[in-house]
Amino acid sequence: MSTEHPSPLVRSADGTNDRRPGTPRRGSGFLDEPFRLGTTPSSTVGPYLAIGLTWEDGPYAVPEGTEGAIWLRGRVYDGNGDLVPDAMIETWQADPDGLFDHPDAPAGERRFPGFRGLGRSHTVEPHGEYGVLTLKPGRVPDGEGGWQAPHVDVSVFARGLLDRLVTRVYFADEAAANAEDVVLRGLPDDASRATLVAQPSEDGYWLDIRLQGDRETVFFAV
Amino acid sequence: MPRYLREREESRTPVAFAGYRSTALRAPLRTPVDLPHRLTEVTGPVLGEDRVTAADADLTLRSGGEAQGQRIIVHGRVLDSDGRPVPHALVEVWQANAAGRYRHVVDNWPAPLDPHFDGLGRVVTDGLGRYEFTTVKPGAYPWGNHHNAWRPAHIHFSLFGQAFTQRLVTQMYFPDDPLFGQDPIFNSVPPNARHRAISRFDLERTQDNWALAYRWDIVLRGRDQTPFETDDDGDVA
Ligand SMILES: [Fe+3]
Repeated sequence: MSTEHPSPLVRSADGTNDRRPGTPRRGSGFLDEPFRLGTTPSSTVGPYLAIGLTWEDGPYAVPEGTEGAIWLRGRVYDGNGDLVPDAMIETWQADPDGLFDHPDAPAGERRFPGFRGLGRSHTVEPHGEYGVLTLKPGRVPDGEGGWQAPHVDVSVFARGLLDRLVTRVYFADEAAANAEDVVLRGLPDDASRATLVAQPSEDGYWLDIRLQGDRETVFFAV
Repeated sequence: MPRYLREREESRTPVAFAGYRSTALRAPLRTPVDLPHRLTEVTGPVLGEDRVTAADADLTLRSGGEAQGQRIIVHGRVLDSDGRPVPHALVEVWQANAAGRYRHVVDNWPAPLDPHFDGLGRVVTDGLGRYEFTTVKPGAYPWGNHHNAWRPAHIHFSLFGQAFTQRLVTQMYFPDDPLFGQDPIFNSVPPNARHRAISRFDLERTQDNWALAYRWDIVLRGRDQTPFETDDDGDVA
């Protein structure tokens, strides 16, 4: 009878000897690959997210009244073209100088007090619509010697989504920067690029998010 | 600049699952486009103590009275997949009351609401990634997904971690729930990862004459440590 050792690193007693003639060298005594814990699986936020995830200051990535602040707004649609009134949108972005307040980002003088970088908006009121008050981000290095166009990373959570969706918002009045952006350039055609480009609106920018359908928003695997 | 590990396809929850009806019109139909990690993805909001008060960690004492139900302590550690603790990280939780009813306008099934339970908790992990809150064990509830569909008892969790890539919203279950078999949300998690969504009963942390205890460790994606290139003798080249 063989008993299972509690550690996944220990071979069972009847495990066959895997040394074959000509095996070039024996094991180094170290794991070939780092041992890793399995990640916790995601799940849906369900229909009752408003209980746990509502922040009064959620939509305000900058305080109301901040000079130069813009409203980033849009509607969320399902595959029938119906509005999704129980989604949550979160935005994450650099400040207008392209800086992040984070230990893994290049340091720099941050000139925008009160800028949180994070916005959180439920699509409850108005029905199916999100809105985040923020500052337009600056350009951020692309890690390949170039610069990304101003962009906002977006997470979408809702009942009926078992994992968050990730997308990006770009800005229509940044045509030159957009044309050089490594992520936009990697998309197959102008129609898919267009799903990420917010248009100027009365109080900022507007971009609809389509979860499914002909004009389905481009979503990313991160 | 760090990069974060991709989760293995065979153990991550798919965004759509046929048995969960709401996914049909909401989960995208196209394959997501690969987004290599750059600055925006490896950074994230620094949120902490200023978003919580001490009272947020006890869900059993709201509106000046005691919640009905089985009092429990839920605790554990938030780690990344390299085993490193995730310190000073915001954890948001929400749940149904002991009768399985949410304090939400959409939840209208005829189970009692509890004036002393709102189902909302917030905690911040300590320097070793530990979190703990006190609540009552949530009840199971029917949800109309299919005939006689019941959600196993669960607590919803939301975590930011330290980077955009680590963002996680999930649900914690209780051991040996007889409702697992018929629940498409639980079963949307691939079989080899389901155990990671289930807390374990923790006798050591129960409190005499006060509360039962469950432990649940949460593992966020770790950093991709690019391995050293080694030559045939195993030396670093
Ligand atoms: Fe629930």
